[in-house]
Amino acid sequence: MILTAPRPTPTFDAVPHPAAFRPKISVRKLWMTFRPKTKEAQPVHVLEDISLDVRDGEFICLVGPSGCGKSTLLNILGGFLQPTEGDASIDGRAIHGPDPKRIFIFQENASFPWLTVEENVGFGVKRDSEAEKRELVEHYIEMVGLTGFAKTFPRELSGGMRQRVEIARALAAEPDVLFMDEPFGALDYLTRLRLRQELIHIWQREKRTVLFVTHDVEEAVQLADRVVVMGKRPARIRAIVPIDIERMRDLDDPACRMLRDEIFGVMGLDHHGLRMSADSSSAIQINVAARRMYN
Amino acid sequence: MKDRLQSIGLPLLVAIVFVTGWHFAVKVTGSDIFPTPLMVVAGLVELAQKGVLVKYIVASLFRVTAGFLLAVFVGIPFGLLLGWFTPLTRAFNPAIQVLRPISPIAWIPVAILWFGVSDVAPIFLIFLASLFPITTAAMAAVQNIQLVYIRAARNFGITGLDLFRKVVFPAALPQILTGLRLALGVAWLVVVAAEMIAVNSGLGYLIIDARNAGKRYDLVVAGMVLIGLIGLGLDLLIRQMEKLDEVRWGLSR
Amino acid sequence: MAAPQDDTRSKIAVRSLWMTFQRKGDPAQPIHVLEDIHLDVRDGEFVCLVGPSGCGKSTLLNIAGGFLKATQGEILADGRPVLEPDPKRIFIFQENAVFPWLTVEENVGFGVKRETEADRKALVSHYIEMVGLTGFAKTHPRELSGGMRQRVEIARALAAEPDVLFMDEPFGALDYLTRLRLRHELIQIWQREKRTVLFVTHDVEEAVQLADRVVVMGRRPSRIRAIVPVDVPRPRDLDDPTCRMLRDEIFGVMGLDHQGQRVSGDSTGSIQLPPHLRK
Repeated sequence: MILTAPRPTPTFDAVPHPAAFRPKISVRKLWMTFRPKTKEAQPVHVLEDISLDVRDGEFICLVGPSGCGKSTLLNILGGFLQPTEGDASIDGRAIHGPDPKRIFIFQENASFPWLTVEENVGFGVKRDSEAEKRELVEHYIEMVGLTGFAKTFPRELSGGMRQRVEIARALAAEPDVLFMDEPFGALDYLTRLRLRQELIHIWQREKRTVLFVTHDVEEAVQLADRVVVMGKRPARIRAIVPIDIERMRDLDDPACRMLRDEIFGVMGLDHHGLRMSADSSSAIQINVAARRMYN
Repeated sequence: MKDRLQSIGLPLLVAIVFVTGWHFAVKVTGSDIFPTPLMVVAGLVELAQKGVLVKYIVASLFRVTAGFLLAVFVGIPFGLLLGWFTPLTRAFNPAIQVLRPISPIAWIPVAILWFGVSDVAPIFLIFLASLFPITTAAMAAVQNIQLVYIRAARNFGITGLDLFRKVVFPAALPQILTGLRLALGVAWLVVVAAEMIAVNSGLGYLIIDARNAGKRYDLVVAGMVLIGLIGLGLDLLIRQMEKLDEVRWGLSR
Repeated sequence: MAAPQDDTRSKIAVRSLWMTFQRKGDPAQPIHVLEDIHLDVRDGEFVCLVGPSGCGKSTLLNIAGGFLKATQGEILADGRPVLEPDPKRIFIFQENAVFPWLTVEENVGFGVKRETEADRKALVSHYIEMVGLTGFAKTHPRELSGGMRQRVEIARALAAEPDVLFMDEPFGALDYLTRLRLRHELIQIWQREKRTVLFVTHDVEEAVQLADRVVVMGRRPSRIRAIVPVDVPRPRDLDDPTCRMLRDEIFGVMGLDHQGQRVSGDSTGSIQLPPHLRK
């Protein structure tokens, strides 16, 4: 993979003024409540009053505890869910349903097992001439480092390679926005580390807007322009932390570690990622019991 | 709320449209043999007053229950063994795959030859019809058990019959239940066919008798409606079993 | 920290172990997974095995657990060769092998060998409490989160009172924060219980945080490339310079820089393996 020189990271205010630029993605006072089917169960409030602006070409990470609604927010922006209240718009237009201009990348890997790598990558390509199409497919296969695997079927690839196929397929559709829902969550540690770096290289060349959901605070610090920290359910945005560090970033760099600890702090965790206070509002009450035993 | 309204309201709407359509289709074509919905209801009332309605339903249900339970007691253990011991699978599977596609209806002459015109013939047919779905479901269920469960159990020193009782059977149960549901559906299909030929009672007999004795198509359709409703009831019954904790883990959420 | 060489003093002793798989349909090209592995694990020691995907870490653990037979060589537990699974040595699986048809307490009680019902019950509630699942005794696994299910499996293993725990990437399928928390809890449990633990992981930081010694394995066919003792008191802080140094040392042995990226132009990474070798 060819390394491109890291471009200077633009800096933003934590909450940019709407008038300063037209955001690529704009979320205004978004609420989401799931109504259960049975009468007895209580409705589940997932998102409360979420407002967020994302600039064109920005890399945003959403972090927060399990079940906090990060993925729900991403699904609303992807057009797969309707919010209970509030607006979400892209390029100033309200979101109605999925759109090929905004591609979703799933943790479970959604590359089609019945298609070869090149057929997968070509799946969303909107080009008229066959030659152009082929060129584009080849370009993205090369970009994700899968040259030589064009005719291979996904089952013959490792998990990391399949995730690369999905990224290539998404990019080949030439979307404005990529929604990535814990794309590296199911991969092993070393593959995860490698793909993170590759993703940054790709993003630096391609300049798409990326919304990236992760549990992994270090991953967020390594990738994002800004990290959006969400609280427990019902989740509000607890903080937006800008990461003004040049890429490629070294997580051992004290500045990175400081930001990681800051994010952990917002989440009520110490720098080991363990719960600090007697904050027992956790979805998992067991923490309380566990702590009582250990202390 | 909206979901509930839809799940009751929409089927009701379809039913009303269907019955109304049926009514007017009979009127428009001026058929004097095929009944309108109202005539069918009148037929049901007539059957109930004669006392044959309950008698026939009980007769049919008895045969289905007997044949089905017999198949459960034979098919589940047999299927579990087949699934567990690969040589047994290899030995029996071809025979099963040959016998399975033979419609139970095709066995009617043989059943009458062996058991005469009695309750045993339809029970045998229902047994045959349910046996194959149950056996193959149990077999596949065992073959699909996740290896980690077996390994974990062996690790804890569980072997032999204990392994079957504590792990193989419970792990296979959800898929077996799916097989039972399928089998019960088939059994209900077969009882009607069997009763048309092999016995003198039951809902199948009702239909064929109503036609032969005076072209009482109102009673024929009444029988059909009953068969449909009872089939629905049986399926609901077995679906209730799918809510038990013992199997819920293995069925779709 | 010299490992004892005397077979009778090692809790687990791996002796000249080789493992080769025959590929289906192509017996001419067997897959060599493990080559000449030697390892001694002391009673009560916590040993982590790290290495790239498909290097044979799990294979080694499965042989030690008695689920696979080695092609050559042997593994001794308390000086006796391991031939089959034994309740004295319990395996904990990444996929989570908690029985979904049993409640939490039935699961935890599955391997308990106590005579009286009262004894049994006391032991089960002891371990349910230890893994922090008090109040969930009657719950079925499907109602629990992935992290809680993994706790049930750990409690079930401990309740069988084994000498040895084999853990095959037990936290690999969990999310990041849960993983961090469970690591921490595992160390606390281990410090109380002092079982011998063999723990397979991809995650070099996890290994540094947990282990007395980290066994680093190479690519297939893999040998042991290094055994790195981690002489840092617990609980350990991964930001501590000693921990980071050890992590980087292990990365170094694996041919990776301190960010876990391949150092050289070595493109023979496991991902470049021809497809037919990956099965």
